[in-house]
Amino acid sequence: MKNKWKYIKYSAAAIMLCAGIFSVSAKDKAHAFSPQVIQKGATGDDVIELQSRLQHLSFYTGPIDGVFGWRTYWALRNFQYEFGLPIDGLAGQTTKNKLVKATKFDKQWVEKQIQSGNKFTTYGGVAKEKQVKQKKGAPAKKGAAPAPKKARTEIKPARNIPDGYSQNDINLMSNAVYGEARGEPYIGQVAVAAVIINRVEDAAFPNTVSGVIFEPGAFTAVADGQIYLTPNKQAKKAVMDALNGWDPTGEALYYFNPDTATSNWIWGRPQIKKIGKHIYTN
Amino acid sequence: MIRTILLVLLLIAVAGTGYWGYTENQEKNAIRIQAENNYQRAFHDLNFQMDALHDKIGQTLAMSSQKQLSPALAQVWRLTNEAHTNVGQLPLALMPFNKTEEFLSKVGEFSYRVAVRDLEKKPLSDQETETLKTLYKNSNEIQNELRKTESIAQEKDLRWLDVEMELAKSDNPKKSTIVDGFKTVDQSMTGYSDVNFGPEVSNRAKMKGRDLRHLEGKMLTKEEAKQRAVDFFDLTKNRKITVKESGKGAKYKAYSLTIYNPETKGTTYMDITKKGGYPIWVLYDREVAAAKISLNDAMKQAEIFLKDHMHGPMEMTSSNQYDNIGVFTYARVQHGIRIYPEIVTLKVALDNGDIMGYEGMEFLLSHRDREKPVFKLSQEQARKTLSPKLKVMETHKALIRNDINEEVYCYEFIGVLGDETYQIFVDANEGDEEQVKKLKEAEPDYSAM
Repeated sequence: MKNKWKYIKYSAAAIMLCAGIFSVSAKDKAHAFSPQVIQKGATGDDVIELQSRLQHLSFYTGPIDGVFGWRTYWALRNFQYEFGLPIDGLAGQTTKNKLVKATKFDKQWVEKQIQSGNKFTTYGGVAKEKQVKQKKGAPAKKGAAPAPKKARTEIKPARNIPDGYSQNDINLMSNAVYGEARGEPYIGQVAVAAVIINRVEDAAFPNTVSGVIFEPGAFTAVADGQIYLTPNKQAKKAVMDALNGWDPTGEALYYFNPDTATSNWIWGRPQIKKIGKHIYTN
Repeated sequence: MIRTILLVLLLIAVAGTGYWGYTENQEKNAIRIQAENNYQRAFHDLNFQMDALHDKIGQTLAMSSQKQLSPALAQVWRLTNEAHTNVGQLPLALMPFNKTEEFLSKVGEFSYRVAVRDLEKKPLSDQETETLKTLYKNSNEIQNELRKTESIAQEKDLRWLDVEMELAKSDNPKKSTIVDGFKTVDQSMTGYSDVNFGPEVSNRAKMKGRDLRHLEGKMLTKEEAKQRAVDFFDLTKNRKITVKESGKGAKYKAYSLTIYNPETKGTTYMDITKKGGYPIWVLYDREVAAAKISLNDAMKQAEIFLKDHMHGPMEMTSSNQYDNIGVFTYARVQHGIRIYPEIVTLKVALDNGDIMGYEGMEFLLSHRDREKPVFKLSQEQARKTLSPKLKVMETHKALIRNDINEEVYCYEFIGVLGDETYQIFVDANEGDEEQVKKLKEAEPDYSAM
């Protein structure tokens, strides 16, 4: 690290003269963005770096969470405005180079803070120690040995969530979908999730995800406790598709398994289609 | 000697088992009672709320001052809401009790609309007074029937848990007073299903009667539908395609296709309309590896797809990365106006940029050629109606569907207040704020905290 900064000091004059892409020294690149154009909605390490660097100049005041949300978007646009760049809200090569040149980013330190769940900021001109709030219960040991290097550090401090729903809604729906339709093909799982959403939106059913799922007698998986099984990834994927608008059922409100359904009433409903083992009805 | 020991052991075993059985039974009973109590509470609460609802609607009828009407109707709204919640907690899910629930939410919607309206400027119309009268009569019937059920249930000591068991077994439960009572309530609602709630409430309900009959084109046969899919995806010949037609109960006629690709072992699902053969949605199911391309590159893929499959320009209104999937929403643009009802959603795999899904139901429902509208207000005039605290960052012209499902031309402002970003639509002719939305930021991953 020290070597690096020394190197930069010496080459600072040279860097100043160069413009754009060529200004990034080979050594500096190792700690800079990947070549992708970062756009709003993106997640991942590049976004963490983007947020940290924007915060270094006090453009970004939000949490460094690795999700390119609205606050990051406005911060980036303000940065582009102040630095005379085209204001498009995209972190392309020129923008990234300007950022790298104007700010400092200590990747290891930021990653360590995120991994240990600390609250932290990366404002420039403030000592690092003052910018960390230790997570409660975590040992407040200074200068602890760096965590053993992983093959690939995966940092996911936050996530995008479809409009109008919370992460907990998604978890609850995944549980319901897994309990109801884990033997079904993928499309059948999306269909079950879509029925839950259709019910939430329908006047004749409760208005919340939990209200619909826990309506007594509405789902067999709730009645027999299978809803408390741990859902797999596919169930979650299916729920995300349904929340993003896919509805394979043709706006169905009910479904039943024709092999096990005992109720005559459900057979009398107008049938839309069969997906997997389930018949979907209005 | 041995016999005595064996006998003693056996006795201990029997006593032990007996004691264990007794405690188990006690526990089971306790849980049953708790469940029963929950049902009883919901039921009695529902009765109370229906009583109160009936009284409140009665009060509004007698009121002459508009000042008092608003709070009274707000109370009606609250009561319907609570009653609706309690109905949802009773074990009636597999029973036709929908009419009543729908009635409750419509009354709620109606009373809310009227309550929040400026009644000094726009007082209750004759039509609305008439509606209130019908509702009064209507709620009286529900109230009577529920009260009767309640009193019989109390007299005969009926249990909701028994009702639940009966309902789970078959849908023709043997004589159950509770079920009969609720059935009568629901039947009495059927006669009133055409209460005139005015355009505001019924427009909202109209969303349900969605159909695609306005689409152009001829009816497709199954074979033609298959051909459409082959053209749409540029498929080679060795794919297995199955086609199924939608059932009689479907709101719109469609074909459901399943396309299996033996090379990638992926399956594509697709629905296309019978009339005209327009794709409604597509979902491609395959394992997606870790993200290799950026969200920006994925967006470019999505835009190539749109260029190939949609006519006319579209503008991205949202982009989101969910792990290794990018999801993009596009709205059609006409006359420089974002037509928000005409949106499509695309899903792109971030491992290789494959289009993983397309959703165009909303687009098909609302798509039509629109004439160039007049915007009476200028952008500056519309902007003046906004809160002065809001710092406007972006402005667009837009067409949206407002909360009573009418299409309104608006100015769309995206602005910042404090740390939050807001999207505000201002009617381009009247200058009313039609919609204010707080745009969502990401949620922290609580499991990692």
